[in-house]
Amino acid sequence: MAAGRWPNPSVAFLTGSVKSTVKILVVEPDPDKARDIIDALTDGGWSDVTVIATASQLDRTVQQQNPDIILIDLANPDRDTLEHISLVSDPKARAVAMFVDHTDEAMTQAAIAAGLSAYVVNGLQKDRIKPVLETAIARFRMLSKMQSELDAAKQALSDRKTIDRAKGLLMRARGISEDEAYTLLRKTAMGQGRKVIDVATALVTTADLLR
Amino acid sequence: MTLTHIECGYLPLVDSAPLIIAQELRFAAEEGLDLSLIRQPSWSALRDMLALGHIDFAHMLSPLPIAMSLGLGGMPAQIDALMVLSVNGTVIGVSADLDAKMRATGWVNSFDDPKIVGQAIFAATSNRVRIGVPFPFSMHRMLLDYWLARDPNFDADRVEIITVPPPQMAAAVKAGALDMFCVGEPWGTVAVQQSDAVLVLPSRAIWQFAPEKVLGARRGWVEENPGTCHAMIRAVYKAATWLENPTNTPLAAEILARTQHLDLPDHAIDPALSGLVVTKKGDAPLQTDRFLVFHEGAANFPWRSQAGWIAHQLAKWHGLDAAQASQTAHACFRPDIYRAALAPLGVDMPGASQKCEGALHHPTAVASTRGKMILGPDTFFDGAEFDSAQEN
Repeated sequence: MAAGRWPNPSVAFLTGSVKSTVKILVVEPDPDKARDIIDALTDGGWSDVTVIATASQLDRTVQQQNPDIILIDLANPDRDTLEHISLVSDPKARAVAMFVDHTDEAMTQAAIAAGLSAYVVNGLQKDRIKPVLETAIARFRMLSKMQSELDAAKQALSDRKTIDRAKGLLMRARGISEDEAYTLLRKTAMGQGRKVIDVATALVTTADLLR
Repeated sequence: MTLTHIECGYLPLVDSAPLIIAQELRFAAEEGLDLSLIRQPSWSALRDMLALGHIDFAHMLSPLPIAMSLGLGGMPAQIDALMVLSVNGTVIGVSADLDAKMRATGWVNSFDDPKIVGQAIFAATSNRVRIGVPFPFSMHRMLLDYWLARDPNFDADRVEIITVPPPQMAAAVKAGALDMFCVGEPWGTVAVQQSDAVLVLPSRAIWQFAPEKVLGARRGWVEENPGTCHAMIRAVYKAATWLENPTNTPLAAEILARTQHLDLPDHAIDPALSGLVVTKKGDAPLQTDRFLVFHEGAANFPWRSQAGWIAHQLAKWHGLDAAQASQTAHACFRPDIYRAALAPLGVDMPGASQKCEGALHHPTAVASTRGKMILGPDTFFDGAEFDSAQEN
């Protein structure tokens, strides 16, 4: 993750130094996801990116790191802490405000849809925020698609294991073949208007209780 | 009959029960609504989803619609409170360490006396007391502020208010990051079980009838969908009535635990519904009357004077013009829509839409459409009265 902290001279050269002076703070507890976001931002020409795992020390971090933009997952419960910090009226503290561009609702809607929220520190100009957000939105959208695919794959695997256990229980209890056990599960599910996985889960739970 | 599909955001707290019951016991379907409950990870996320039109209704902290309508916070929007979903229901607790220091001053926990608790806190420590609340715009924070600011030893520098998401409250206490907290159930009970925290007050000891959650919706959407709003109010009203009946409490706890909406075990849900609260690990539970109220005493009525009280606190904190803030707040709470929605049910309604908050020391019969309404008690711990009409 350290790679993201130092300016990358070649990128700065290619994209112009103005871009790379935007300091970005990412609040993200998952290190893999954090690395991915840093990569996307670095590729886009912003190399001054810092990641923290939780917002609990955020006010201190904001004072020390002096970021211009804070990016956080919409689903991260730490958002409420950020919200609090954005309201603190300590004149010594840096002003933090949620980024909502009322002249460009499509952008705000795209961020929400991608699961991203952004906070701007000390009112950085809109034209410098937008490209950062566009890059982050694209990456968040990709990450959330990958995450839902991963979740679906995990669920399918866990369903498969449960159905296999249920088949095994039926094969032993009734002395039938694997195919017959699956047919029985399916028939029962259809008869009750339930899913095969629900019938299998009920059977496995019951067997565990009776053991 | 085709049902109208509506989406309502909520946070997994026991006081979201009226919405869950409205869906699970089909009160919503009876009103022609296909109610979909969308769980939200934080109050900020819920607020954004409502403001940007991704959800139609929301389970909201009572100050939130008013703060948004006043332009405070990250996502300003005109949001109306169509009804009150619950009254009271939050607890104030201290860390095991602060509890020990308070006891060393001679304090005994009776779980009902804000003045004594306040004295014990400031006598126990000269350090700044770090207090966790779930959100800056919450009744939690308003009650804490109202209470502590009236202690003779209070000084703004002696407390620090920190926002901590409720599910993280117990861990923050355990990690020594908080000395004190105010949180909605089940998270107070969880802090007692997991972090040896000690509950020192139910929030109702500060204000006996504090509107805690409201049903929020965008004003523009409300104007375009009056029939859907009326149906939703009726469905939630019926659910709240059902919840208030003590014979339904065990079944309510089971439904709330069973349906995945809260993702909490029964024993975490029971205390809020029964009012039997364990204040310290290993102690017998204490019975707290009106701990969490869903219906009794016209709890669902969105009193304009409640909005006025909230606006008064917000104006003070954020340096707003008090009269203007009060006017905006009064317009957010919608007794007019509530009355219209419940007219077909012949529900008893109060004669007025605002009252003098804090004036009722006992349950008191008041003027109402059917002449059977009993309100109160609604006093503040310091005996003050808040007359919204005079504030303007």
